[in-house]
Amino acid sequence: MESQSQVLERLRTAFESRVTIPEKFRRTQLTNLMSMIKDNEEQIVNALHKDLTKPKFEAILSEVEIVMNELHCALSNLTSWMQPEYVSKNLATKLDECFVRREPLGVVLIIGPWNYPMQLLIVPLIGAIAAGNCVVIKPSEVSAATDNLITELIPKYLSKDCYAVVRGGAKETQALLKNRFDHIFYTGSQAVARVVLQAAAVHLTPVTLELGGKCPCLIYGRVNATAAAHRLVWSKFFNAGQSCVAPDYVLCSKATCDALVPALRQVLEDFYGSDIQKSPDMSRIVTPKHWTRLMGLLNRTKGKVVVGGEHDEKDRYIAPTVVVDVAEDDALMEEEIFGPILPILTIESLEESIKLTKTKEKPLAFYVFSDESSVVKKVLENSSSGGFCSNDGIVHMALPGLPFGGVGNSGFGHYHGHWGFEAFSHQRAVMLRGWALEKLNALRYPPYSDEKLSWLRWTTSPKSCSIM
Amino acid sequence: MSREQQAVARARKAFETGRSKSVEYRINQLKNLQRLFSERQKEIAAAIKKDLNKTEVGAQFYETLGLEGEISLFIKNLKEWAAPRHVKKNLLTMSDTVYIHPEPLGVVLVIGAWNYPWAVTIRPLIGAIAAGNAAVVKPSEVCVHTSKVMEDLLPIYIDKELYPVVTGGVPETQELLRQKFDHIFYTGNSTVGKVIMEAAAKHLTPVTLELGGKSPCYIDKNCDISIACRRITWGKYSNCGQTCIAPDYILCEPSIQNRVIEEVKKCIKEFYTDNPKTCPDYGRIINQRHFKRVMAMLEDSNIAVGGENDESDCYIAPTVLQDVKPEAKVMQEEIFGPLLPILPVSSLDEAIKLINKGEKPLALYVFSPDNKVIERMRDETSSGGFLANDCLVHYSVSALPFGGVGNSGIGCYHGKFSFDRLSHLRGCLVKKLKMEGVNDMRYPPHTLKKLGWARFFILNTVDVGWVGRMALLAALVMVAAVVIQKYLL
Repeated sequence: MESQSQVLERLRTAFESRVTIPEKFRRTQLTNLMSMIKDNEEQIVNALHKDLTKPKFEAILSEVEIVMNELHCALSNLTSWMQPEYVSKNLATKLDECFVRREPLGVVLIIGPWNYPMQLLIVPLIGAIAAGNCVVIKPSEVSAATDNLITELIPKYLSKDCYAVVRGGAKETQALLKNRFDHIFYTGSQAVARVVLQAAAVHLTPVTLELGGKCPCLIYGRVNATAAAHRLVWSKFFNAGQSCVAPDYVLCSKATCDALVPALRQVLEDFYGSDIQKSPDMSRIVTPKHWTRLMGLLNRTKGKVVVGGEHDEKDRYIAPTVVVDVAEDDALMEEEIFGPILPILTIESLEESIKLTKTKEKPLAFYVFSDESSVVKKVLENSSSGGFCSNDGIVHMALPGLPFGGVGNSGFGHYHGHWGFEAFSHQRAVMLRGWALEKLNALRYPPYSDEKLSWLRWTTSPKSCSIM
Repeated sequence: MSREQQAVARARKAFETGRSKSVEYRINQLKNLQRLFSERQKEIAAAIKKDLNKTEVGAQFYETLGLEGEISLFIKNLKEWAAPRHVKKNLLTMSDTVYIHPEPLGVVLVIGAWNYPWAVTIRPLIGAIAAGNAAVVKPSEVCVHTSKVMEDLLPIYIDKELYPVVTGGVPETQELLRQKFDHIFYTGNSTVGKVIMEAAAKHLTPVTLELGGKSPCYIDKNCDISIACRRITWGKYSNCGQTCIAPDYILCEPSIQNRVIEEVKKCIKEFYTDNPKTCPDYGRIINQRHFKRVMAMLEDSNIAVGGENDESDCYIAPTVLQDVKPEAKVMQEEIFGPLLPILPVSSLDEAIKLINKGEKPLALYVFSPDNKVIERMRDETSSGGFLANDCLVHYSVSALPFGGVGNSGIGCYHGKFSFDRLSHLRGCLVKKLKMEGVNDMRYPPHTLKKLGWARFFILNTVDVGWVGRMALLAALVMVAAVVIQKYLL
């Protein structure tokens, strides 16, 4: 079996041979990737079910279709993305060609997480391939069945010289990080992100970090409780709450809480039936360790469980659970929950709620449910987060036109659609000057004089372009 | 609390008051900065003369002219840049509002360098102010007089709580780096760049690193060597070679080496007179440490022009080295001084190979009348920026991103790039609680039929005009009616 350094050398040699540069090559690889997904949809769904008991619907929507969508986007737009972008010039450079050229970075590393093990690995991969890089792919070992599948499929469909899957746990990943990459794309936790950044600093490697955080969900003003409950339940309990953009906790007034809880209860029954554990549409917690962590939070909470609470260790099952009367310092407010537990904190005023969210780290997403646009506006303008969505959850992720990424502790850099292509490209400024007008150049040569300076001021100012 | 901690805490408090949110406020601050440059040229020039021996005209041309242009550009465009940017939607979000909302990051740290102290310290500051951030400004301590002027003048013109100037050396910088920032913008060398990145890692802080490298300059033997050498001489010896994008070394065929040497010699005389030491337009090496560093590079190379030096004055004459080998001392690190080595190469191929052996530089220059040569050089190498048939001037085009790649840096700025780099581009989806029926297809219990619809609606992006939008909306409402009937009733 190849060692990590052998893999890297192979990819670097391939990159230096410039085989990934032509558009045709990138298109072929992306088309092959599309075939890989299409041909193996059933295996993908099965692997995701093995890892997370992911319902087929969720697997198709959030792991297959979203990837296909990104592939369509890349294939339709690759030609235009690769075009030089001409820019405006000042008078002194009017006769020159000035443009920005997107160039590949080289050999990049993509480290995927376990919660959406296909999507969060393959969507960045699409950007990296489209941008002309060679890629080392490191799937999460926690979602073992998907890890196996990816390891088997990638070499079958993509160029073995340019794209390689490297497997393993923490030890292997740390060893991998000692190598020099031209970009590292990491999706996961803050703790590991620090390790990634420190390793990147040694080689001055640029990094994209897609992390998480506690995504608040504020519900204020006039609100259609039933509609809100539908969307809240869907986005919270999708993938059993194991989404980086799941609404983590709710802030609302007592009255809203009193209206919301029965609505949540009803929606849960509509969605999953009266015995949720038997519903094929509810996922499970990924590993016993994660299950134990979540149960620990639930056991330590000082709030009141009003919906759910049932659990089954052997099945790694935790029922969709709603906890009310949760205080700011509760166990459920300590860290990102990443599970099917929804704490509701009762705060009467919108201003107080906004204040509370400001005491926390910037999350990946920020949600507000309200029929009043003034409430939505207030929350938008007084918060900071990776992305923002009002009156729904998660779906803003599915729009390739929006940059998807964090800020502060939720990460930096972004991707999806064109943003993914840019994340893995170097924007090289290119200027092609002519040989003429050397006399004009004389203005800048010594001996310097005030007169020359005045002329220069005029020819290099942005105003001077409007004359031509 | 240390002085640095206090400055950062005050800046954060000032940021949290929200006063830098309004575009009007930011534009006012930029206008005040503009006034600083128009009112205080004399003090700025006097300090630069003491630090780098630049003339007043030289200082204006190389430092403040660019800044004034940049500020004007920002004042003109800020409203547009800071406005929500609408993007493509998919069918299901047709009636929603989807846009990117540029927002400030918070408190930015700007660490300046000493070679163009105003340009590389204030230019990032302009971007930080425009994006609505607070910014702690740390000028380079190497430029003793200029950092004092910055410390004195900036608080008079711009908000001194939001944009504090913190002066000091290594210990003060290290103390600053222990604090939490929302972005660190550093201009300097790659060794310190790594230290900055490591410090930033603790707080998960994104960084922009404007570093350097050895910017190669290839001269095609068929080009107009006289014009090429004029432009190269200017690019090389401005600021005594202490420019991150100065042409570091020349690659050319042996047959034109003597001609190149002659032409450069001629231009040196034309620009800096027979005795550059007495010419007011020729600069000095910043300090003795760098003087010694640059002089040491001469050890194993042949001097074709110049070589005169005076340690007490930190003066090194404009110097050209000939027949330099890749193993020579002068080729081991970025020169950042007035030594111009010429490495003879037998062909464009050899030049490209040699360039690719080194780290990716901040700039790459090629002089040739042949577009094919230019394209090959551009396609087969990588660098921050690329400029054909001149030196340095790509820096002055605000619409071009200025930044490095690989060892020459991370991120880019200038103009709108600065604004975007120091903003958080927040993706926003503003929906209403209506049309709940349409959402139904994504809710459990899941059926294959619903999946089919969801596949179509949720995930296809649309790019149609208004008429198309209305037609689709009508279709959507119809579908919603059907779905509501089928699944809810």
